[in-house]
Amino acid sequence: MAATSKTTSASSKSTSRTRSSAKKAEPAIAEFDKDQELHAYREMLLIRRFEEKAGQLYGMGLIGGFCHLYIGQEAVVVGLQMAKRDGDQMITGYRDHGHMLAMDLDPKGVMAELTGRRGGLSKGKGGSMHMFSKEKHFYGGHGIVGAQVPLGTGLGFANKYRENGNVAMAFFGDGASNQGQVYESFNMAELWKLPVVYVIENNKYGMGTSVARASATTDLSKRGESFGIPGEQVDGMDVRAVNAAATKALEWCRSGKGPYILEMITYRYRGHSMSDPAKYRSKDEVQKMRAEHDPIEQVRKRLIEEGWASEDDLKGIDKDVRARVAEAAEYAQTDPEPDASELYTDILI
Amino acid sequence: MPIDILMPALSPTMEEGKLAKWLKSEGDTVTAGDVIAEIETDKATMEVEAVDEGTLGKILVAEGTDAVKVNEKIAILLTEGEDASAIDAAASAPAADAAPAKPEAPSAPPVASAPTPQAPAPETAEDPEIPAGTAMKSSTVREALRDAMAEEMRRDPDVFVMGEEVAEYQGAYKITQGLLDEFSAKRVIDTPITEHGFAGLGVGAAMAGLRPIVEFMTFNFAMQAMDQIINSAAKTLYMSGGQMGAPIVFRGPNGAAARVGAQHSQDYAAWFAHVPGLKVVVPYSAADAKGLLKAAIRDPNPVIFLENEILYGHSFEIPDMDDFVLPIGKAKVERGGTDVTLVSWGIGMTYAMKAAEELAGMGISAEVVNLRTIRPLDIDTVLASVRKTGRLVTVEEAFPMCSVSSEIAFQVQEKAFDYLDAPIARVTGKDVPMPYAANLEKLALPNVGEVIDAVKAVTYTA
Repeated sequence: MAATSKTTSASSKSTSRTRSSAKKAEPAIAEFDKDQELHAYREMLLIRRFEEKAGQLYGMGLIGGFCHLYIGQEAVVVGLQMAKRDGDQMITGYRDHGHMLAMDLDPKGVMAELTGRRGGLSKGKGGSMHMFSKEKHFYGGHGIVGAQVPLGTGLGFANKYRENGNVAMAFFGDGASNQGQVYESFNMAELWKLPVVYVIENNKYGMGTSVARASATTDLSKRGESFGIPGEQVDGMDVRAVNAAATKALEWCRSGKGPYILEMITYRYRGHSMSDPAKYRSKDEVQKMRAEHDPIEQVRKRLIEEGWASEDDLKGIDKDVRARVAEAAEYAQTDPEPDASELYTDILI
Repeated sequence: MPIDILMPALSPTMEEGKLAKWLKSEGDTVTAGDVIAEIETDKATMEVEAVDEGTLGKILVAEGTDAVKVNEKIAILLTEGEDASAIDAAASAPAADAAPAKPEAPSAPPVASAPTPQAPAPETAEDPEIPAGTAMKSSTVREALRDAMAEEMRRDPDVFVMGEEVAEYQGAYKITQGLLDEFSAKRVIDTPITEHGFAGLGVGAAMAGLRPIVEFMTFNFAMQAMDQIINSAAKTLYMSGGQMGAPIVFRGPNGAAARVGAQHSQDYAAWFAHVPGLKVVVPYSAADAKGLLKAAIRDPNPVIFLENEILYGHSFEIPDMDDFVLPIGKAKVERGGTDVTLVSWGIGMTYAMKAAEELAGMGISAEVVNLRTIRPLDIDTVLASVRKTGRLVTVEEAFPMCSVSSEIAFQVQEKAFDYLDAPIARVTGKDVPMPYAANLEKLALPNVGEVIDAVKAVTYTA
């Protein structure tokens, strides 16, 4: 059982080892120009403001059921979005609002889906966890932890079958990384060299259980090792680091080498869902992440330092973003509920 | 004493086979482990190894002989010190009965535990889906399924088949025989043993617009994949407000084969039929298999296609047409009648059709409705028949609780209550996990006698 003991010792030192290996990986940080920094800032800010508004509407009883906010994790999806090319697909779990906004889906449609209105992206029949867009190559929006991983592998399979050169990005969390079907997918993806980037959004807690309490080995980027799938840990709070890793991983997949695993070390500021008081972690822990690692603040700082934007410019962006979100919220509250006849549509074609 | 060499059973459902080749001649010395003959079943060619040592005294069944029954004496082995004079005595003795003793089934007429491969009774009603004057040809259900897939794969390059042993092995039950050669490994894909994973992968590929046919070696293994079938395949169209669905076929043998025990014998029709967003098809004949599988592959929705291992080898007449497609959701009156309606599907039809034939001899005219599809359920055809006969017996192999029979009975009492002249009866598998012992397994499954008894009960002729 040499392999087991080796894995165990690796896991106990995973943080320090990974940091050094992440530094070795190149390019670890993408060099963003002014437009890229501004784009990243705007996109992440839209997600942040959208989610804050969604939280507010939930508190007002306008959004029901489960509502999982992406606040804190914005750099992950935006960094990947900036690296992908048109035709590449994304699929994720239930924490999906950010992915949809990054995939250029209309915030009005997303917010109206949260409020269960007819103008919602799924006509009000999907809800927060279930939205899709074939046109924008976004494949959901899935509520069963880990189920999107075989599905995303199937998207990669279709790309290979059609030889279209596209890559599928399957997002899942640290919690989902313990599901058996993830490993069934890894095996087939590597066996058949499918173009799939597995993006593990490690926000440190699967609902209320920390990674260390749920996972025998905590370096999730190594979870593909026994299948021969390369993986790396990435600072998921730095959009440039995400972008650099994503560019490398997408190129790996696109060139026919098979799948790639990116473990994004990130953090969610809010609870698992709106109904989670998050008592399993300290306020200090959250405050520290916010103060020292906030993905949006990092870009903001660079924009000012580089002289690429003034405080007024950034205020202007913030104002635009708030206006878009306000418009979405207004639409989501005034759009009527679906017609009762919709109950029986879209069951079969 | 010379040793009898008997025709071996080489699969759970094998009843007979072809003695393809003798690899030893009379007078040859045989040691244990020697391959002495090759036997062709409907699924494969298998080698027969000697168990005992001696000299091959006499070959009783010549090579090339078809339909040699399991346990028939095929050769005589002389042991040490014996000569040819021992052969005559041995050859004339009856074959040793290697099969377990078969207890009488209570109150049932003598019927085989598994139906013998035969075409249905000639009274079979015309199929309105087949144009008048169409030439017919004989096909096994196995060939019909294979041909359906091959035709659809020729027609649409997005159709592919994946599953365990579907390609190089040519199918665990030989349903995909020949497909790899014609369509290459790109479209006929051997998967690892990973049902949950490849079912989900198939659904993802379908969401991206491909047309996967996912074979489960048996639907018992589809339990591993249930989440992807129900939560991903069946619900996505609705959850996406009609934007994105999963045009996929999940197919494979369902229900009891023979002597494979509790974990390999369950009938899942009712499980899948429970779920909106799925279609559930259960073919009985080769024509059903061909026409419905082609329809399932073309269908833009997820279709559960429940075959039956015992039916694979059965031969039926099918229309000799270039493109024979049956509508999903439409039942067929398989046999006309006036006194009682028998509703069944899949393998249950073999009991219903035999019972109808025997009942005719007793002066009871039974109409047999072959549902073909469980979801959407063609209740109108059932109701039309019940309004005519006033009596209904359903026949299926599944467990009784929350069964398809339960649903049919509910809908019939709801919509044709005033037409019923007797309570609805159902003949089902017994409410027990499938036992292994031959006698218990036989008791657990429905039989023709039970169908006849149920008909007698609802016609008050018992």
